[in-house]
Amino acid sequence: MSNDLAISARQLTKRFGDFTAVDAITFDVKRGEIFGFLGANGAGKTTAMRMLCGLSFPTSGTATIAGFDLAGEPEKIKRSIGYMSQKFSLYDDLSIVENIRFYGGIYGLTDQEIKDKTSQLLEVLHLQDQAKTLTKALPLGWKQKVAFSVAMVHQPKIVFLDEPTGGVDPVTRREFWTMIYEAAHAGTTVFVTTHYMDEAEYCDRVSIMVDGRIEALDTPLRLKQQFNSASMEGVFIQLARKATRSDG
Amino acid sequence: MKQFLFFVQKEFYHVWRDKRTMLILFGMPIMQILIFGFALTNEVKNARIAVLDLAKDNASRGIIEQLSASRYFDIGQYLTAAEEIEKAFQSGTVKMAVVFPSGFENHLLHGNQATVQLIADATDPNVATTLANYATGIIMDYQSGRRGAQPAPLSIKTEIRMLYNPQLKGSYSFVPGVMAMVLMLVCAMMTSISIVREKEMGTMEVILVSPIIPIRVVIAKMVPYFLLSAVNIGSILLLSVFVLDVPIQGNLGLLVSECLLFTVTVLSLGLLISSVADSQQVAMLVSLMGLFLPTVMLSGFMFPVENMPTALQVLSNLVPAKWFYYIIRNVMIKGLTFDYVWRETLVLAGMTLFFMVVSVRKFKTRLE
Repeated sequence: MSNDLAISARQLTKRFGDFTAVDAITFDVKRGEIFGFLGANGAGKTTAMRMLCGLSFPTSGTATIAGFDLAGEPEKIKRSIGYMSQKFSLYDDLSIVENIRFYGGIYGLTDQEIKDKTSQLLEVLHLQDQAKTLTKALPLGWKQKVAFSVAMVHQPKIVFLDEPTGGVDPVTRREFWTMIYEAAHAGTTVFVTTHYMDEAEYCDRVSIMVDGRIEALDTPLRLKQQFNSASMEGVFIQLARKATRSDG
Repeated sequence: MKQFLFFVQKEFYHVWRDKRTMLILFGMPIMQILIFGFALTNEVKNARIAVLDLAKDNASRGIIEQLSASRYFDIGQYLTAAEEIEKAFQSGTVKMAVVFPSGFENHLLHGNQATVQLIADATDPNVATTLANYATGIIMDYQSGRRGAQPAPLSIKTEIRMLYNPQLKGSYSFVPGVMAMVLMLVCAMMTSISIVREKEMGTMEVILVSPIIPIRVVIAKMVPYFLLSAVNIGSILLLSVFVLDVPIQGNLGLLVSECLLFTVTVLSLGLLISSVADSQQVAMLVSLMGLFLPTVMLSGFMFPVENMPTALQVLSNLVPAKWFYYIIRNVMIKGLTFDYVWRETLVLAGMTLFFMVVSVRKFKTRLE
């Protein structure tokens, strides 16, 4: 296995009874890449991502995450990845500082590291004045940015973002993507699912899932050429139309 | 270890910042003890009774005087005719009627036999029986007083001693019961909810992705509620000793350790529930139906287990509160030592271990 690969999935499959949620997907993600993981609702994106994060065992197939075997070295993988869930991943009744402290703490950061990290994050996010504010009092866009920073608090090799910009206004989305770029620039591999096609254009490479299978995988530019479409939206619609299973 | 402390700290924030729940958690035991102590009592005091005295002689007046002097009875109504008895009961103002037939003293002196009729409202059978017993006792006292120096030719005298609770106070039996109830509510319900809440919010996923070991999460969740319960145990014991005058006969250290053991039992039950339940409502319902009701019904606190059908008696063995109630009653009220309750303690400890192992296992499988 090459060291350039952050994620390498081979025939990864997840079945729930008769239903095959993820059907033998095979793909590689390079180190430092921003990898867009697209698909209609119910296409199997979240299930696939949960397998890669170790939240769910694959029914069959193998994967290597950050150079560690998914089945054999889950603890090492956990230390190398960050995760921002689709649902809100901060504690509402904790302040920003307390959230950072908690997540830093469970990832084993020292007090000094937590302190440095906290002041650094507050500065980057311009939240010095809100440091002691309970998270529930923050606007959604800010919460998402804090949640992303918290997922990055232990400087993971790979960060998994599950629809991180859902329900956020365009300006904040743009700011959010600036943060993603900065993370990638610093060497973190970003694995992101999204429903926004303009965001797909920001990715280095994009995969599109239909009915549990990866139907297309390439750079946005080449996908548009391949499907003869002016935008990623056109590509997505062409592929998603083939889907036989609906939402759910 | 540091990971664990961070987690505990976070759990304390959750508990501490939810002021309303805090108030309930600390207020509930105090309220319950006070309500059970002063309002809900099955002791009979100052029951209103009606008297129909058709004799109006020395004997009947003497008995009536003694009845009204006792703390059990208040004479609420003097009736003049037998028809009024029914009416008095229907209006609900009296619990019992005492009827002296005419010529009462005459019968007593010359026929050696006189009858007093006690009519009680048996819609509440326990109260009716108790009232009839008290009245009979008072009448017997009067009789032996009249007899004076000359004893009856043949008589058996019963001498009754009420062990461990000479004043027959209800609080002696409900203090251990309330303790079981409060611990059940605080520990089981709150822990189960606190884990399920994280599942609902989505933060559980993030925790499971992190390198923290599941058993540390489970234990960290228990710590705040364990401490809360320790405070509650303290306040219940203080209230019972200083407000309700229920003495602690046994060893205080043993008593407290048994309480803490039960706390852990219930905490692990709460964890078990949270591994089954997917929403806070389900967790709450399961703890109410599955834990709270059996605690009240089958622990022996409200209804004696010995009187239940065999099936229920067997079932009651599965209720941890039954064992706890037995232990606390024996240690606190009877003053027994560990030698007498080690079997029950072992059962509780066994249950605790079982619940713990199952819930940690279940928790791990959440990772799949």
